[in-house]
Amino acid sequence: MTRAPVPDAVLTVRGLAAHVAGQQVVEHVDLEVAANGVTALLGRNGVGKTSTIKAVMGLIDRAGTIELDGQDIGTLPTHRVAQLGVGYVPEDREVFSALSVSENLRIAERRGHQHRYDLVYDLFPELRQRAGQAAGTLSGGQQQMVSLARALLNDNRVLLVDEPTKGLAPRLVHEVGRALARAAEVVPVLLVEQNLQVVRDLAHHAVVLTGGRSVHHGPAAEFLDDPDLTQRLLGVSTGSERAV
Amino acid sequence: MTAMNTRGTEQVVQDKVAAMRHAARPPEGGPGASGLRSRLPGLVVPVGLVVLLACLPLLDLSLPGVLPGATYTPGTLHLLALAMVMAGAALSYHLLFGVAGLLSFGHALYFGLGAYGLGIVMEGLGLGLVPAAVLVLVVGLVMATLLGAVSLQVTGIPFAMVTLAFAQAGFVLVRKNPGKLTGGEEGLRLPTDYVPDWLVGVADTRNLYWVALAALVLAFAVVTWVQRSRAGHVAEAVRENELRVQVLGMRPFLVKLAIFVAASVIASGMGMVHLLLNSGAVPHTLSAEFTISLLLMVVLGGVGSRWGAVAGAFVYVVLSQRLAVLAQSSAIDDLPAVLRIPLSEPMFILGTIFILVVMFLPGGLAALGLRVRALFSRRAAAPPEDRSGTPGALVQEDDQQR
Amino acid sequence: MSTVILLAVTGVGLGAIYFLVACGLSLIYGLMGVLNFAHGVFLSLGAFLGLEVAQLLGASTWTGFAVSLLVGALAGAVFAAATERILVQRLYNRHIEQVLVTVGLGLAAVALFDGIWGTDPRFPRGPSWLGETTGVAGASIPNVVFIAIVSAAAVLASIVLFLKHTRYGMIIRAGVENRSMVTALGIDVRTAFTLVFTIGGAAAGIGGVLASHHFGYVSPMLGQTLLIFAFIVTVIGGLGSLIGAAVASVLVALLQQFANFYLWGTGDFAVVVLLALVLLTRPSGLMGRKA
Repeated sequence: MTRAPVPDAVLTVRGLAAHVAGQQVVEHVDLEVAANGVTALLGRNGVGKTSTIKAVMGLIDRAGTIELDGQDIGTLPTHRVAQLGVGYVPEDREVFSALSVSENLRIAERRGHQHRYDLVYDLFPELRQRAGQAAGTLSGGQQQMVSLARALLNDNRVLLVDEPTKGLAPRLVHEVGRALARAAEVVPVLLVEQNLQVVRDLAHHAVVLTGGRSVHHGPAAEFLDDPDLTQRLLGVSTGSERAV
Repeated sequence: MTAMNTRGTEQVVQDKVAAMRHAARPPEGGPGASGLRSRLPGLVVPVGLVVLLACLPLLDLSLPGVLPGATYTPGTLHLLALAMVMAGAALSYHLLFGVAGLLSFGHALYFGLGAYGLGIVMEGLGLGLVPAAVLVLVVGLVMATLLGAVSLQVTGIPFAMVTLAFAQAGFVLVRKNPGKLTGGEEGLRLPTDYVPDWLVGVADTRNLYWVALAALVLAFAVVTWVQRSRAGHVAEAVRENELRVQVLGMRPFLVKLAIFVAASVIASGMGMVHLLLNSGAVPHTLSAEFTISLLLMVVLGGVGSRWGAVAGAFVYVVLSQRLAVLAQSSAIDDLPAVLRIPLSEPMFILGTIFILVVMFLPGGLAALGLRVRALFSRRAAAPPEDRSGTPGALVQEDDQQR
Repeated sequence: MSTVILLAVTGVGLGAIYFLVACGLSLIYGLMGVLNFAHGVFLSLGAFLGLEVAQLLGASTWTGFAVSLLVGALAGAVFAAATERILVQRLYNRHIEQVLVTVGLGLAAVALFDGIWGTDPRFPRGPSWLGETTGVAGASIPNVVFIAIVSAAAVLASIVLFLKHTRYGMIIRAGVENRSMVTALGIDVRTAFTLVFTIGGAAAGIGGVLASHHFGYVSPMLGQTLLIFAFIVTVIGGLGSLIGAAVASVLVALLQQFANFYLWGTGDFAVVVLLALVLLTRPSGLMGRKA
């Protein structure tokens, strides 16, 4: 196992295990999210990346240590985890389709936080125009904007972003990447992403999972530039990586 | 669903298949080998219990406070026979709820069908007891297949509501007394002309008791057989994960339907014994409360446990009878109203016990038994505290949450 | 023609009572995934306490009637909120156990009401106008029907306004759709759970007082009997859909009335057949989300 220490991590996970319906989906994950910039969580399909994020949020049964700024959040219910400043952008966006765009944002407003509507509307001006539209009628890309906006609205300590570019057209992938880069200026991000070009553009650190275990920690670029490693852990030869 | 889960699923499917193959094999060691000997102690207790129960009418045993009188008296025999009939019905409900994870609120329909059907067929068609019983079982089978096929279009809570609605239709029907067949609110009286003499009258409670015992043993055997059959294993797999079973190329719907039909037919059979035992049938046997009482017995005994279902039924029947007697006693009558009113309502006490069991004793009497046994056992393995034995863990839900 | 109008208007009135029970059931199921078998006892308690208060204040006065509605709503709300806090919430996210607990509560409470008020029905009296009829296009409609319709419409309107225009309403709407995402936004949904129980209990309590006048009696079983129709209504309307519940309530009640009159008293069967048809063609109900 390779490991490079992450200075002043905002989120530290040690020995995380998680279960869904009695089935172990995460076996043993250690990871640190750096106090600034984007940390990528990589791995082939189905190694437990989404489950790791859900376990941190307390959305599935979990065991192990999860520390946010040194405070143990590993036993807290989901709403407490979120209140302490963990923003969550789930894999399938999970906007409230029956609610309007502005309601989707308003429901995300947390008490005792400043609500950064300026940043949100600056990043996604479309959301202002579509404020009254039911979120369920938006396109996938627009729904992703709503989902990101919900997490960016509050002054979070860290964002957990799960496959934000999944199923999006190249133009939108670019836009989401740009938004994430802006977001990462104000809040550290843990990013699960299949599009390695996006990872290369954004991430400083990378944690790689295999079979529910974390097996590699280190600078993202170093990892992506190692064809053997990427071939073995991601099943992708970075040499043939397509440019976006 | 991520690929990780799929991969894990395949693994579990393989395990399940292995388990099914294992179950399908004859007992290890074959007959005469040590396998049989090791199975013998497991049979000693049940066989001994059945022999003891069978001998009760010939003995003069008393259990003051639990049984109304000595074991040979008609009152006690009737109470025990009723408990056995309800235990058989509870076993059929266990098949639905504990094995297939189907929370039905309309199981009483099939029990009532057995009770009313037998009476109506004997009277209306002039058939003897046995041919009438066979005909009613066939009717029960057909009806369960049809209604089960409709109800199983949905799962979880909607399934509960739909089965409730069907049973309610039956309940309304018997109360309306169509064609003067069911006797309306009064209920239907057993047409004694078509029943062998040895099964009629208070003097023959002993015989009815033995019939009830035989029916219970048969129900237990059939439920055990169904549970150990391929369908039973698949149903348990479906309960845990329907997708998994579909991956295996099996039709969860058909398996669930098979279990539903088996449970319904057993309930009809027990309903028939109930008709004989009580010399009649009343609309209550088709009511939602009746199904709920079966659910109560199963949960009280411990969901997923056959012995639990039987024990739960005995506790329920004896307790409701004793509590009703207690309610009339002077000890209760002299209490202030705040205590007297709740204590004089058996269903209030049973309902409260039920709530407490659900909240604080998830495995019911069966878990209690395991714990007590663990206390005395040298191996003293602590009972598992996970939720796999609790009622909710067994029922498949239409979870609208992602 | 006057018969048709009579059947139609009284059908809508009956539907109004179904709706008062079903709206709470549907909201509770939609948000929490719990089928509340104790919902009928909220109604019965509302009816009994409403009746007691009306007798205290003078059953034939309008004040007595108005206060009895208020007391019914309050009794249902308090009982429901206590049920959620004391029993249901302790079994957080364990839906089947939650259902079982409400089943137990239903049994225990009906038995308790039996002990307190007796198993025989009691007959409420109201302002004399309630017992009279009003002619509508040749049909003599019992006035209590109008009260039921107006009350149910008012309850529907208030719930819709609450859901649309308050933060908790928004949380409930979002929670019906995706509860775990609501918690992931830092919202403790348990408060919303208590709230839907309270709202549902209040509506059922009002329904209880109205039902006692509509059917002319109160008994401990009244609520549980209506509950079964309310279940059917919520399934037909689509579990979790308030508007679906409203539409299905009226539909079911109309079908029942007309089938009872024209099809030889087969109203209850017609309803069950309708349920089977809906399930076979649209398993998620008329307005339910596609599974």
